Amino acid sequence: MAENREFMNRRLHSLLGVIPIGIFLIQHLTVNYFATRGAESFNAAAHFMESLPYRIFLEVFVIYLPILFHAIYGLYIVFQGKSNTKRFGHFRNRMFLLQRITGVFLIIFIAWHVWETRVQAAMGAEVNYDMMADILSSNFMLVFYIVGVLSATFHFSNGLWSFLVSWGITVTPRSQQIATYATVVLFIALSIVGMGALLAFINPDLANI
Amino acid sequence: MSEQKKVRLIITRQEGPENNSYVEEFELEHRPNMNIISALMEIRRNPVNAEGKETTPVIWDMNCLEEVCGACSMVINGKPRQSCTALVDQLEQPIRLEPMKTFPVVRDLMVDRSRMFDSLKRVKAWIPIDGTYDLGPGPRMAENKRQWAYELSKCMTCGVCLEACPNVNDNSDFIGPAPLSQVRLFNSHPTGEMNKAERLETIMGDGGLANCGNSQNCVQSCPKGIPLTTSIAALNRDTALQSFKNFFGSDKM
Repeated sequence: MAENREFMNRRLHSLLGVIPIGIFLIQHLTVNYFATRGAESFNAAAHFMESLPYRIFLEVFVIYLPILFHAIYGLYIVFQGKSNTKRFGHFRNRMFLLQRITGVFLIIFIAWHVWETRVQAAMGAEVNYDMMADILSSNFMLVFYIVGVLSATFHFSNGLWSFLVSWGITVTPRSQQIATYATVVLFIALSIVGMGALLAFINPDLANI
Repeated sequence: MSEQKKVRLIITRQEGPENNSYVEEFELEHRPNMNIISALMEIRRNPVNAEGKETTPVIWDMNCLEEVCGACSMVINGKPRQSCTALVDQLEQPIRLEPMKTFPVVRDLMVDRSRMFDSLKRVKAWIPIDGTYDLGPGPRMAENKRQWAYELSKCMTCGVCLEACPNVNDNSDFIGPAPLSQVRLFNSHPTGEMNKAERLETIMGDGGLANCGNSQNCVQSCPKGIPLTTSIAALNRDTALQSFKNFFGSDKM
């Protein structure tokens, strides 16, 4: 086993991106989406997540450790590649580059996002609708969050496509093509959910509901 | 009579493996049905550059001249391909020729593809039939399977897929698509299958299969149309099963 370290790391990297990180992303965006029903609904949903039993263990093993491994090993993968989309401009090669660009951007975005919400919460701030409304009241932060959420939904959808290939699930070109369509649909759907939530935080009509 | 058509070539040259590369331009008389090899032969016959100065002939590698040996691969107008089947009339001018820099450059357009042949040895890309006594006939191969395997056997180790791959470079020791596809070819042969686990173990090692980044440049640029990404995905499945066998199973093979 030890001699196949790289193989194991790569497969683990691919698996962790979907389970648990991908699942967590969907769950996170779903909780956010409660904001479209008003501040009170969102606060109730966020409070429910906050009050889960043994939360710190869930956070460490389902979120922090997998994301840390995925980010650090992912960065290592980025530095091993030399993108050549200028010479080979077809779809999959562009996705290869975009996957790396969004991955690196997500390290910055997630680091900032965790600092601004989870670390602040640990230091006594309350995570609620007002906190997000306050953050997103700045146009710069709004754009930063929009790009961040779209990067996350793209990186997950395209990563799911690669996961299916890396684990030998989609082998034939036809199955890979259909997986492309399916992950495009997933990307659009998750992006609508993500954007809906972000726009709900800057909607003054929803702040008082 | 109208003025004679010209062919302009911009060639990236290099004196030797340790030297810096430079660019030299050439202008040739156009002849009908010219390919890159015949253009380079013309330069060899009369090594004078576009400025009219005498220069050294451009060095390149070639052998079969019919796109089955893979020796004459180079980067032509940005795309790695064989120079024997690159017809001048079908190329945009000026034609830019560069060596495939994924490999060590020997001189000018000639590169050293040894790493590919070393990889084939590493993955044991052959059918072991030698013994100290007659091993007898092996199991038969179904005709439809033979036809399918023939497509994979068209690989001529030309190096185009390694040149096209973003993950084959000096930052990584990725073995590249061509030898991986050969693993699939020899693992599907009824006799070659007897060493299947051994080959899979090899490509599960460092610099192996897992380094593929799914850019699919290889399958897009393979001059023989080999389904390289299908081979890689199929091997992804085989190695996944192999790793489960290694971890959970008890029988070694």
